[in-house]
Amino acid sequence: MPTAPSTTAGRPRKTVYLGDPLSEPPAPDLLSLLDPYRGRSDSVVSVLQALQERYGFLPERAVRYAARELGVPLARMYGVATFYNQFRFTAPARYAIHVCRGTACHVAGSAAILSAMRKELNISEDESTPDGMFSLQTVACIGCCSLAPAIVVNQNVHGTVGLNRAGEILDMYRVLEAEAPR
Amino acid sequence: MNETGSHAPTIAPPLRGEGAVLRAERLFAEMVAATPRRFQVCAGTGCVSNGSLQVAEALGRATSSPVSITGCHGFCARGPLVRSEPHGFLFTGVRPERVPDLVARLDAGRDPPEDLIFHDPLTGQAHLLERHIPFYHHQRRMTLHNCGVVDPEDIRTYFARGGYSALDRALFRMSPEEVIRAVSRSRLRGRGGAGFMTGTKWELTRQQPGARKYIICNGDEGDPGAFMDRSIMEGDPHAVIEGMLLAGYAVGASEGYVYVRHEYPLAVRRLRRAVEEATAWGLLGPSVLGTRFAYQIHLREGAGAFVSGEETALIRSIQGERAVPYMRPPYPSELGLWGLPTCINNVETLATIPLIIMRGPDWYAGLGTHGSGGTKVFALTGAIQNTGLVEVPLGTSLRHVVENIGGGPRPGRRIKAVQIGGPSGGCLPASMLDTPVDYEDLGATGAIMGSGGLVVADDTTCMVDLARYFLSFTQDESCGKCVPCRVGTRKMLAILTRITSGEARPDDIGRLEQVAQTVRTSSLCGLGLTAPNPVVTTLRYFRDEYAAHVQDRHCQAGACEALR
Repeated sequence: MPTAPSTTAGRPRKTVYLGDPLSEPPAPDLLSLLDPYRGRSDSVVSVLQALQERYGFLPERAVRYAARELGVPLARMYGVATFYNQFRFTAPARYAIHVCRGTACHVAGSAAILSAMRKELNISEDESTPDGMFSLQTVACIGCCSLAPAIVVNQNVHGTVGLNRAGEILDMYRVLEAEAPR
Repeated sequence: MNETGSHAPTIAPPLRGEGAVLRAERLFAEMVAATPRRFQVCAGTGCVSNGSLQVAEALGRATSSPVSITGCHGFCARGPLVRSEPHGFLFTGVRPERVPDLVARLDAGRDPPEDLIFHDPLTGQAHLLERHIPFYHHQRRMTLHNCGVVDPEDIRTYFARGGYSALDRALFRMSPEEVIRAVSRSRLRGRGGAGFMTGTKWELTRQQPGARKYIICNGDEGDPGAFMDRSIMEGDPHAVIEGMLLAGYAVGASEGYVYVRHEYPLAVRRLRRAVEEATAWGLLGPSVLGTRFAYQIHLREGAGAFVSGEETALIRSIQGERAVPYMRPPYPSELGLWGLPTCINNVETLATIPLIIMRGPDWYAGLGTHGSGGTKVFALTGAIQNTGLVEVPLGTSLRHVVENIGGGPRPGRRIKAVQIGGPSGGCLPASMLDTPVDYEDLGATGAIMGSGGLVVADDTTCMVDLARYFLSFTQDESCGKCVPCRVGTRKMLAILTRITSGEARPDDIGRLEQVAQTVRTSSLCGLGLTAPNPVVTTLRYFRDEYAAHVQDRHCQAGACEALR
């Protein structure tokens, strides 16, 4: 059995251990999720996208199951997963912040927004706050160049984010979180 | 849409036989014309994030007139945008709370609220009609003629605009060879960046032996600062599908793939819906319009890799592999998806095809220059007054785009440079604004036409920092397969980082030029071959800024923190 890489892009990865994939039966929904992809050689990217859609990230156990069920070497699964930016190996924060680093945003000062966010949250890129509330990432371009500089929080785009608004936006989500029913 | 009366002809899917599309066009166009007033709310990504969907809801509550959601109107800087038809009024910066007042005044036949009317920042002149707004009247919107007009989630509005009539004409009146000849005559060149003649590409794929061929629509628009393809996929998805159908008929393919970035969820959703509708209406499936031509379209979401916009890498990605390019030749027209002949065209290219078939190749060619026919869509952004999606004939000067459409620099600022073509393109100084926008003239400057990103920089932008920005992007996105690109982009980025952080060595500029030369001549694919362009062009036109950074440790624009 090949072992999954313990790091991605040089940074340590938190391994989410979900049990022994070979001795425990897989969750039924995982099996049905894999059904459309059986016997198709072009399915690796789509399978990984489906897994991430389901779990919010790629749990090692689910990837192992998928590899075994579909007869794809685990190394190939992880080879593809680590190549593309979309895939993540740790659970996402409740509010995933993506700072757009497109050209128009760069010219409008997105580098400063990014460092303001880093300072405000006290984390670096590709990290989450210890309480699991915010994570910080960059995105190459979201195509909202007229709203530069822009950030995306989950699916919501915030445009023309001035330096002073970075904290304001975070506060808005903190309020949302405090009011959200548990 | 309202019904036109009890004797109105009805039409139901699927459409079969010659002329069925034209009957649909007439019926639905009549329905649209019978509506006394209707509102079209822009639901492009820019306007949606400004709250345009709430505006549409507010309109739905305030009026009984039909309210439709459309794709990008283009004038993103002034969103949310609402147009009222048939008059062609455009309201800008519309907030949900202003909607009741707007509707009440229009209903009472009074002037619309002043704050929702566009005022030209240069002259102070108010413009109520969209076509009078300088941003629009300086353009020639051809490929974008449906964007912002049709409801992308209602195929009937596409029929009403003459949609799928090019397909009808091609299937019943033209041979595949005639379709290819028309595309060749139009001198349409690939809009994705490389600018290869589309007709030639189709011809090469058609000539290949074998019954199975593929069409791929490349919607992996990865250049930062570019959103042309996104707006077309979101605003006029049926034009993309019709273009793919025409390409499939011409080259002899019965399957097509649309490859869309996963960062474009709205485009994915609307294309999926459009494929469903087209299938229900008999435009996709085992018998297109009742003929023997079969065609189906699959949708693939990219997983986030810039290099997958390169055609061989894109093929790998569709096959479920790492998007790593392979050596050409053989080109995909010979050896493409699953080893079969494949024709790969960009979104904008395909969306233009129906227009060429319907209005004629000579009309289209006549819009552009001798070398390149037609119009090109640009994503105009950066330090200017009017940003958004614009379309101009090839051969138009950069100055026209930046000053007349873009409205010039922001108050108190001076335009320093125009960056064209994204990370593969180059930076041209303001003194070269009279350069015509076409493949040959731009190529001669060291920049490229590229896919259509046009970012304007003013005196607050440091050109060395901009070059470093692009290099950090390409370095990050290099797939690592070939050494010149993998190591070369890293070296260049290291040198540029030294220069912008005040730690430059005396010979760094020479070293940078040397590495750039190696990377641009010996990389495997387009990513590496063009990656040095931003560096090479800034060195050519803004060498004094580099010198100031290296020798005087000074950044004039004040963008490099260490050198203020």
